[in-house]
Amino acid sequence: MSKQLLKLENIYKNFGNVKVLKDVNITINKGEVVALIGDNGAGKSTLIKVITGVHTPNSGKIFFKENEVQIKSVSQSRKMGIEAVYQERALCDQQELYRNIFAGREITNSLGFLKIKEQRKEADRILRDYIGFTSKAITVDSPVMGLSGGEKQGVAFGRSLYFNSDLIVLDEPTMGLSIQETEKVLNFVKGLKNENKSAIFIDHNIIHVYGAADRFIILDRGEVVGEFLKDQISREELVKKMIQLHESGKIKVD
Amino acid sequence: MSSIINSYFVKTHRLEISITIIAIVLFLIYFFGATHVFTRFPIYRAFMQSMPFFGIIAISATFVVTLGEIDLSFPSIVGITSLTFGMLLTSTDGNFFISFALATALGMFAGLINGLLVTKIGIPSIVATIGTLFFWRGLVNVISQGSGIAIVDEADGTWHHMIFVDKLFNLIPAQFIWFVVLTGLMQWVYRYHKFGNHIHFVGDNKASAQMMGIDVDKVKIIAFVQLGFFSALAGIFTMYEMLYFWPTQGSGLMLTTLAAVFVGGTSVFGGKGTVYGTFIGVLIIGSLESGIVALGLSGFYVQFINGLMITIAVTIYALIQKRKT
Repeated sequence: MSKQLLKLENIYKNFGNVKVLKDVNITINKGEVVALIGDNGAGKSTLIKVITGVHTPNSGKIFFKENEVQIKSVSQSRKMGIEAVYQERALCDQQELYRNIFAGREITNSLGFLKIKEQRKEADRILRDYIGFTSKAITVDSPVMGLSGGEKQGVAFGRSLYFNSDLIVLDEPTMGLSIQETEKVLNFVKGLKNENKSAIFIDHNIIHVYGAADRFIILDRGEVVGEFLKDQISREELVKKMIQLHESGKIKVD
Repeated sequence: MSSIINSYFVKTHRLEISITIIAIVLFLIYFFGATHVFTRFPIYRAFMQSMPFFGIIAISATFVVTLGEIDLSFPSIVGITSLTFGMLLTSTDGNFFISFALATALGMFAGLINGLLVTKIGIPSIVATIGTLFFWRGLVNVISQGSGIAIVDEADGTWHHMIFVDKLFNLIPAQFIWFVVLTGLMQWVYRYHKFGNHIHFVGDNKASAQMMGIDVDKVKIIAFVQLGFFSALAGIFTMYEMLYFWPTQGSGLMLTTLAAVFVGGTSVFGGKGTVYGTFIGVLIIGSLESGIVALGLSGFYVQFINGLMITIAVTIYALIQKRKT
């Protein structure tokens, strides 16, 4: 059995005249955490939105578990086993927690009516088992707007674990979080490896990235300009490379 | 007392409780101010007869408003579908099925156009539906050439006439029973069906809803289509009651209908609302005119008090919302 989970080949994506992704090739193996790094506008977010089906690429091939696939919608990528935790957090503030957890894939009967009891019960299990919420102030019926940033992120993580996905996509998972909450998030990412799940994640903070990832892919203006395994490069060297890229627009690969 | 105020039910149903209290206070004022009218049945029968015509549309419009959208074109959709129904019923010698099917299909088609203009073309709904408001009314005028259609011969005394507007036990107008049943059904869909759930998420945050895998455009289009259907249905109810089509039919419905939705507690910002509240909103808005006259005030007060009610209700909701955040 191959180690390879997801492979992107020659991906191009334009928005009008703007070429956001230019000939991107990346591979993600099973049980591997890959970090995408790069400056603002490098195309990181667009790349992961291609993976999760929010955007369709203009050209290029995508292979998932060795089969060529076309990811046309978010629900399709979810069915395949790709789950996203977005920086915008992808939760709706005024709606109850249990409705948020199941939004877009509600548990329903054959007529499309929600099985509220089942959703609430499962949501409660997710809160306790996956996220470890113990606070009595937060129940499955609480609207999301009362939650802290870390709690919201926790809900998004719990959701991705519950639906048993193979690849978890994390867009800036630590943005706006307290130090303690950041610690939790990074531990969560490290914990994925034990379950043989893969993750791809974006973070501006190289210290966070370095601690959690196995491999680093550097994007610059829509192109992959460097790729390093963690044992090939120290944290200081990685930071130096990024600064070098920022200053000269080029990266020196030894 | 404080345990009641802080109970789970009260916390999650503040809007519904507020609107119910407002309605009770209003009806108590009617009752004590015009006891001779409100202790007798005819006033209630009159309410039950007239409220469903705009009530059915208000229930349906609650879905569109919860999306954070608005539809101003439904008065003209009522017009064009009623005209179609009248023309078909008279030309087919009273064939109910064909007339009903085509009139409601046209209503859904008009809703589809609204939905496509809003989602695929990207015109804000308030602008797009001003366009279709004039368009459909204009078409009514062109086709009807300003004259009405009597359907007395084709409809009066038929089984379909009875189903729509007959009096149950000689007391309760059938349209009110339909209205109550539809309210129950739509409330159920609104809260407990996947579609109602998606309406809430799209209205709350379009971008988040999309990332959660909800087809935002589809949800919006269906919302406009169902409003087109119920506008046609309301038009057909009105025609059975009046046995007549007139070219301005539906044009007085706009403000009462939307007022009922907003008085009922559905937020214009989207994401939150209540079908039950709209139902109570219909009882309030639909009773004001007769209620005020029965109280002995002149008809000139109707708009004034209408405005007062709407302003008080939406102020209460805004304050509830403020306390929450």
